[in-house]
Amino acid sequence: MTSSPARANALLSVQGLVKRFPGVTALGGVDFDVRAGEVHCLLGQNGAGKSTLIKVLSGAHRPDEGEIRWRGEVVEFGNPTAAMRSGVAAIYQELDLVAGLSVADNVFLGHELSTAGFSRRAEARRRTRALLDRLGHRDISPDRDVGRLSVAHQQVVSMARALSLDGQLLIMDEPSAVLDPDEVRVLFGVIRELTAQGVAVIYISHRLAEIREIGDRVTVLKDGRTVATGLPAREVKTSELISLMTGRVLDNVYPQRAPVDPAAPEVLVVRGLADGDRFAGVDLTVRAGEVVGLAGLVGSGRSEILETVYGARKAAEGTVEVDGRRLRRGSVGAAVRAGMGLCPEERKSQGLLLDQAVYRNITVSSMSSFAKFGFLDDRAERARSTKLTEALDVRPAGVDRVVRGLSGGNQQKVVLARWLLRECRVLLLDEPTRGVDVGARSEIYELVRQLADSGVAVVVVSSDVEEVLGLADRVLVVREGRVVHDGPADEIDESRVLDLVMEGQPA
Amino acid sequence: MSEDTAAVPAQKQTPPVGKESGISALLGSAAGRNTGLVVALVLLCIGGVVTAGDRFADVDNLLTILRLAAVIGVVSIGMTFVITGGGIDLSVGAIVALSSVWATTLATQGIANDSHWIVMVFTALLVGGACGLVNGALIAYGRVVAFIATLASLAAARGLAEIISNRKTQIVNVPGFAAFFDASVLGIPVLVVIFALVAVGGWVLLNRTTFGRRTFAVGGNPEAARLAGIDVRRHTVMLYSLLGLCCGLAAVMLIARTTTGSATHGGLYELDAIAAVVIGGTLLSGGRGTIAGTVFGVLIFTTLSNVFTLNNLSISAQAVAKGAIIVVAVLLQQRLARRSGA
Ligand SMILES: Nc1ncnc2c1ncn2[C@@H]1O[C@H](COP(=O)(O)OP(=O)(O)OP(=O)(O)O)[C@@H](O)[C@H]1O
Ligand SMILES: [Mg+2]
Repeated sequence: MTSSPARANALLSVQGLVKRFPGVTALGGVDFDVRAGEVHCLLGQNGAGKSTLIKVLSGAHRPDEGEIRWRGEVVEFGNPTAAMRSGVAAIYQELDLVAGLSVADNVFLGHELSTAGFSRRAEARRRTRALLDRLGHRDISPDRDVGRLSVAHQQVVSMARALSLDGQLLIMDEPSAVLDPDEVRVLFGVIRELTAQGVAVIYISHRLAEIREIGDRVTVLKDGRTVATGLPAREVKTSELISLMTGRVLDNVYPQRAPVDPAAPEVLVVRGLADGDRFAGVDLTVRAGEVVGLAGLVGSGRSEILETVYGARKAAEGTVEVDGRRLRRGSVGAAVRAGMGLCPEERKSQGLLLDQAVYRNITVSSMSSFAKFGFLDDRAERARSTKLTEALDVRPAGVDRVVRGLSGGNQQKVVLARWLLRECRVLLLDEPTRGVDVGARSEIYELVRQLADSGVAVVVVSSDVEEVLGLADRVLVVREGRVVHDGPADEIDESRVLDLVMEGQPA
Repeated sequence: MSEDTAAVPAQKQTPPVGKESGISALLGSAAGRNTGLVVALVLLCIGGVVTAGDRFADVDNLLTILRLAAVIGVVSIGMTFVITGGGIDLSVGAIVALSSVWATTLATQGIANDSHWIVMVFTALLVGGACGLVNGALIAYGRVVAFIATLASLAAARGLAEIISNRKTQIVNVPGFAAFFDASVLGIPVLVVIFALVAVGGWVLLNRTTFGRRTFAVGGNPEAARLAGIDVRRHTVMLYSLLGLCCGLAAVMLIARTTTGSATHGGLYELDAIAAVVIGGTLLSGGRGTIAGTVFGVLIFTTLSNVFTLNNLSISAQAVAKGAIIVVAVLLQQRLARRSGA
């Protein structure tokens, strides 16, 4: 049947896979194979086709051409249920849970436990509990409404859902993007357990360090094609991977920073901020030209702090001043008028107008600068947006495209472009590079640094400690809603930050 | 999206490839969707000519269709804004009734006779705008679901209209008023001219101004709009007020056409307006809206009624046909949405 013995041994093998969308060829010929018991990593720039590939493999999209073999047999997964029955379970990049249903209902959605048509809810709850425990999350109740969970917890629920299928192949699309280091460690533990039992895992991430730690073999996609496959994950050089992915060499990810002028005016001054629930006693001062990073665990209150500073949540105590003028509490309007901008954490629900053109998403916060007597100058809007999307390398190009059709990382760039366009005094960035590939990430750092150099005060929240240290001038560590450390970035290292972040956490 | 996307020079967009080109791509574009509506309208007209011959294809009859379309058309343009902004308004018919009654009370007409008939116009606009303002405030600041808030307004406004008019039809006898609205400009009735102006103004407002852009943003993703710095609540109030003003204007036009004000005016306007907006291609869930589509929607429904009436078919038969059209249009819209979306 098969020509080569390697392919005959493969659990899954893919040849010449092609998938087209109107106007774009997302996959233009992908070949690779996955063996039982291995962790196979997929690497590639934003828009390279990784998510599309796994959607095809899990039956969510139908391929236009090409062949998928499962245990040596040619198969066609017409829909996700068919793939699930064969033993393929996928965790998608954009979470696919049903808000309004409980955690347990979501875990068993589509493969409900039942006897003679009656659902066995107690059993479903019990098994959900066990799966969540295995993922290290005793704190999530199977009865909670999924819509009320944080993104990180929703990600855990998707993982529990994938595990509940007891598949032979588990596909994970950027599962670590919303997790913090501790949770990633637990996830890796689970992955090792599974592979020891012979389950194969396809793992997608933009973090090369993770790929080295957990991966066995790597396949690199570029513009919808396989450019290298079966590379040994631990041995292959980083520079080689990056040049395979991007076709260019990248030596310095983080931009140079000049020391902040100690006499520079304090632009943002926050004193004793508290929301009466998640955080209290937060002091934060940012000078013109300074980038301040907030490190901390997911759920430690960093996003809430930013949203409260911005007025999107109402403060219970404390003051926020911009250029010496105190802002009205709980008013986004006041913050925006004072020159503040917030790039929110969740691009889909808080950031994007999914069904609208890229340029409209970018200019929505700066409309008045394109308007005369309320009339908009479309041409100028397009021109400015085009410039920014080129700088950030949004693919495919074209500011009239609808945002929904862009890949996750490219959508993130669009949200960021909105705030780079608006000339802010204070820019609050919440996880600005979530899901963005290495190359584009360094472009973003460069742009943020340029903004700061032009006198903007920047606050960055990130779960990636390396990013906080590389980008920020000053680092604040937040633990359980309190600032536990405030100091220059070059006087602290990654392990110290992690210690501070984790302190008091059960190991 | 909105029709101005169609006006974009096409060079930046990669042409669709493979199977997707041709008819399905055409139907998927905004221009294409309007083509579908034009085809529907032409088919209806052909039906009219075949079944009713010269009685249909008569200048007077065509002007009658346009005059009928004008009143509901103005309401539908306002409704397009509210629905695009993610809302709904069930009280439009009741607001038209209340405005028409308030503008034709003996007291108002008395003042109008003493000063100028324009007083009646302002009264209707004021009443309509105020009703819209109340709706908007209830929804935006009172956080009442739009469906419920405007359902309550429907009951209250119609009740108030009945109280004020004592359930009697109020005849207009302000001389200048009737003369103005009965006139024609270059052979086109003033009512139709007003509708055309409102439609053009609405198109410009929706597609060329910050107000329109904010409407799309608020309807598409209110939380993102809020975080982007748009005052979503104030914008919502403005949307409903705008629709209220449109209802006031529609009331003026209705008074002119019937020479009466009455608590029974505007019956079922909410359904007709929503139906016209939806078959035009505006998304009921918000974020996507088209004025041209709405105009076609209104013309299709009005022509349909006319053809049925000329053929002596009952109002009930009309209702059935309307229902069928709505279902077909919504099914078609979903298919298009699926193609451009997921
Ligand atoms: N539903 C869709 N409609 C149109 N184009 C799409 C659709 N889904 C994906 N694409 C296009 O297919 C290409 C590949 O996208 P995909 O999401 O697979 O990228 P990715 O490698 O997962 O990127 P990322 O790292 O940003 O998640 C992109 O050019 C994207 O714009
Ligand atoms: Mg992806």
